[in-house]
Amino acid sequence: MDKFGFPEFLFLLQGLKWTVLLTIISFVGGGIIGLVIALARVSPVKTIQRAATAYIALFQGTPLLMQLFVIYYGLALMSFNIDAWVAVSIAYTAHASAFLGDIWRGAIQSLPKGQIEASNALALGYVSRMRDIVLPQALKISLPATIGFAVQLTKGTSLAAIVGFVELARAGQIVSNLIFQPLLVFGVVGAIYFFICWPMSILGSHLERKLSLGY
Amino acid sequence: MPTEKQLSVSDNEVLIELKKINKWYGGFHALKNVDLTVRKGERIVLCGPSGSGKSTLIRCINHLEEIKDGSIRVAGQEIDKAAKSIETVRREVGMVFQSFNLFPHLKIIDNCTLALRRVKGIPRLEAEEFARKYLDRVHILEQADKYPAQLSGGQQQRVAIARALCMEPKVMLFDEPTSALDPEMVKEVLDTMIGLAEDGMTMICVTHEMGFARQVGHRILFMADGEILEETTPEAFFKNPQHDRAKAFLGEILAHH
Ligand SMILES: Nc1ncnc2c1ncn2[C@@H]1O[C@H](COP(=O)(O)OP(=O)(O)OP(=O)(O)O)[C@@H](O)[C@H]1O
Ligand SMILES: [Mg+2]
Repeated sequence: MDKFGFPEFLFLLQGLKWTVLLTIISFVGGGIIGLVIALARVSPVKTIQRAATAYIALFQGTPLLMQLFVIYYGLALMSFNIDAWVAVSIAYTAHASAFLGDIWRGAIQSLPKGQIEASNALALGYVSRMRDIVLPQALKISLPATIGFAVQLTKGTSLAAIVGFVELARAGQIVSNLIFQPLLVFGVVGAIYFFICWPMSILGSHLERKLSLGY
Repeated sequence: MPTEKQLSVSDNEVLIELKKINKWYGGFHALKNVDLTVRKGERIVLCGPSGSGKSTLIRCINHLEEIKDGSIRVAGQEIDKAAKSIETVRREVGMVFQSFNLFPHLKIIDNCTLALRRVKGIPRLEAEEFARKYLDRVHILEQADKYPAQLSGGQQQRVAIARALCMEPKVMLFDEPTSALDPEMVKEVLDTMIGLAEDGMTMICVTHEMGFARQVGHRILFMADGEILEETTPEAFFKNPQHDRAKAFLGEILAHH
């Protein structure tokens, strides 16, 4: 086997499937937990606030690679018999939740104080204040940064190869080792990443321009 | 030409009662033993130099600011630590801010219906009917489906008034409602407020619009350094201010008009 044919390409697409799946799972999971983290971070209760700050600091202050190792081997050591797929999903979800949580925390805190005051003056409770006033505006403000993070996350999933998870980058490595054409193979792999991430970036800057024009 | 004020509100029930309230911002004593009683239908104008505590005072009434000691009672409900007491008071008190504070992501109509639906649990359609009534009252019904940013400052402030009125409050608080407006828009907002006054709304207005004060105010309070220094009728205050601070203040206001 020495040329890059359809089976090889198909193998790469298999890898792509896992890349996309891992990205979606960690983005959705990280989004849900990140929302909780963001709300905790702006909570009036000091203990909750500090716990969220620590969580964010922990995941932002250590390399993703290390987080992967710790969660992957840590879970194994605690004799949870889980496969790479689950471990990697947990690690990336935790990673994404810290970053998304911090992005959204910033957006929430950037809202004019008058929005909260008007909500309070109208007797709106916490749930309505968050759901109807704060979060819709904060998520809108943070949309470009959120998409930017999704792009980073997509590319960042390639690190999962290190614990034996066969996603797009790892699939490229395998094919390259078989056919000895690293430049060609990784060129194709790079192109695939590019055509996934590029439209997201375009969307991000488009939204950024649109939002800066106001409502 | 001043309109005829209601002859007397002195027999009406007490709606707001502040007793010896003290407010601190860190080490700064912003309100010093302030007492204030407001009766139903009464219209009070609050004035004084910048930093004297006018905003702080009215923001204590609906607990946007927390006091250190003293008591606040609104429509029979004493504000205590319980969230319930705060909510009860806020339901009875409408507030209009200097910078409008409309919700920019919601249409005008939704700005007005939100609290009706979320706080009072009124179904959307019914709430909208309600909101239309008040938008019509501030002459802005035709803008109901626009977003706040599409409206002029004066229009936004009238929406803010309608939004507060939708909750059918017993008292309306105004914190310099016209001072962020272009001069040509001041009148439309003041006219709206005068309309409210004519309908008998109980109002506390922080404002430097002295014509408005004369026309609708039963009482004017002059504040300086966290204290109410004078409390009298607008006529008496303008003709014959007692304190030097009040004289200086009036001199400056007149110089600017
Ligand atoms: N959140 C705050 N933290 C610290 N100090 C504050 C705060 N809010 C107000 N102050 C201070 O309290 C004092 C009274 O403020 P307040 O806003 O009530 O004055 P005001 O009479 O409404 O003035 P203005 O006419 O400028 O609106 C001022 O000295 C102000 O600097
Ligand atoms: Mg003020």
